[in-house]
Amino acid sequence: MQNAINRRLFLQLAGAGGVVWVTGCASTPGNTASADFYFVQLSDTHWGFKGAAINPDSAGTFPKTIAAVNALNPPPDFVVFTGDLTHISDDPAERRQRLKQFKAMAATLTVPVVHYMPGEHDASLDNGAAYQEFFGATHYSFDHKGVHFIALDNVSDPHASIGAAQLQWLQADLATQAKDARIIVFTHRPLFDLYPSWDWATADGAQALALLEPYSDVTVFYGHIHQEHHQMTGHIAHHAAHGLMFALPAPGSQPKRTPIAWDATAPYKGLGYRRVAEAKGSAATLTELPLQGA
Amino acid sequence: MLTRRQLLTRAAGLVLIGYGFNGAWAETPAPKVYRIAARRFTYTPETLEIAANQPAIIELTVTDVLMGFALPSLHLRTDIIPGQIARLKLPALPAGEVPFLCDVFCGSGHEQMGGSLHVV
Repeated sequence: MQNAINRRLFLQLAGAGGVVWVTGCASTPGNTASADFYFVQLSDTHWGFKGAAINPDSAGTFPKTIAAVNALNPPPDFVVFTGDLTHISDDPAERRQRLKQFKAMAATLTVPVVHYMPGEHDASLDNGAAYQEFFGATHYSFDHKGVHFIALDNVSDPHASIGAAQLQWLQADLATQAKDARIIVFTHRPLFDLYPSWDWATADGAQALALLEPYSDVTVFYGHIHQEHHQMTGHIAHHAAHGLMFALPAPGSQPKRTPIAWDATAPYKGLGYRRVAEAKGSAATLTELPLQGA
Repeated sequence: MLTRRQLLTRAAGLVLIGYGFNGAWAETPAPKVYRIAARRFTYTPETLEIAANQPAIIELTVTDVLMGFALPSLHLRTDIIPGQIARLKLPALPAGEVPFLCDVFCGSGHEQMGGSLHVV
């Protein structure tokens, strides 16, 4: 099978990459539709960010990431960006300029399929209008080799809500799936209350989780918090990804959620991306790859 | 000499003081009113001292764009809409610090926009 990952090879790659973490989202018995493949999650590239004390290579970090992903062999089946493609600008023209530049750079990814999602920096000031001009719909679903993927937008509403209309769409989308279907959800913000005092939550995330709860094999991948984080809500696993511009402190570890300063002795520390391997009949395998050395 | 308006205000205050939820005469003080003004990307004041063990009302205004005012530890929040006064009722609180933040994404300084209630 083209692009199929030899499981032994993948584990070797995972070991070389650093942290290896195996999710608790084991396939349910009889769920054998999945085929072997892997995808890459990139998050929080914040194109347009400037701050030498935080990232003196702000213009070079995204190209470096693209080069690292293009060097993956075998290549992933697809790449997904889980939001905050660009850093916020209060100027609508500058916002569009950053989105345009990001899109042009992302086009140099040699992976043939790339899925995009907005973060609040891309979409919250204009309800996603500029984002949609460049990348289209902010929520959607698709199927790939036996896995049902759902991208949820919890950022276009500046109140950090999914909203009644999208929840209704989610309910209808899930109704097409068997209760033991393998379902992967992409969001920008966490769907659960990770740390509301830092705005690390989704106002109506509990309603989305209630809709997902009847499905036995659900995993959520998200961004927003610029660090690896894993949590279960019931049987649903949630995995936050590293950011690709600056790292943020652990939830509640300090009074303010200010970015972590650049460490000249360990450039790109705290930045990275994730590979997710899907194999029929077994749990997904997550590999966290630091950007340093890429 | 009290004006008619002052008399009405004081009378209303006595009613609030005098009656609890069950309508019985009680020594419940009227909520004290505090004010916070918001603009991108600050609250003034950022630290608001309020009295402990006494209900309060915070009146919030904003001069530029839609914002939020959230007290996550109390599960309370309100929108602040330009040109309007938002009123958030607080229960009697024990002494301590209660952080607040803007929970409506309002721009480039949104993530630094917050403060705390200093309850004494």
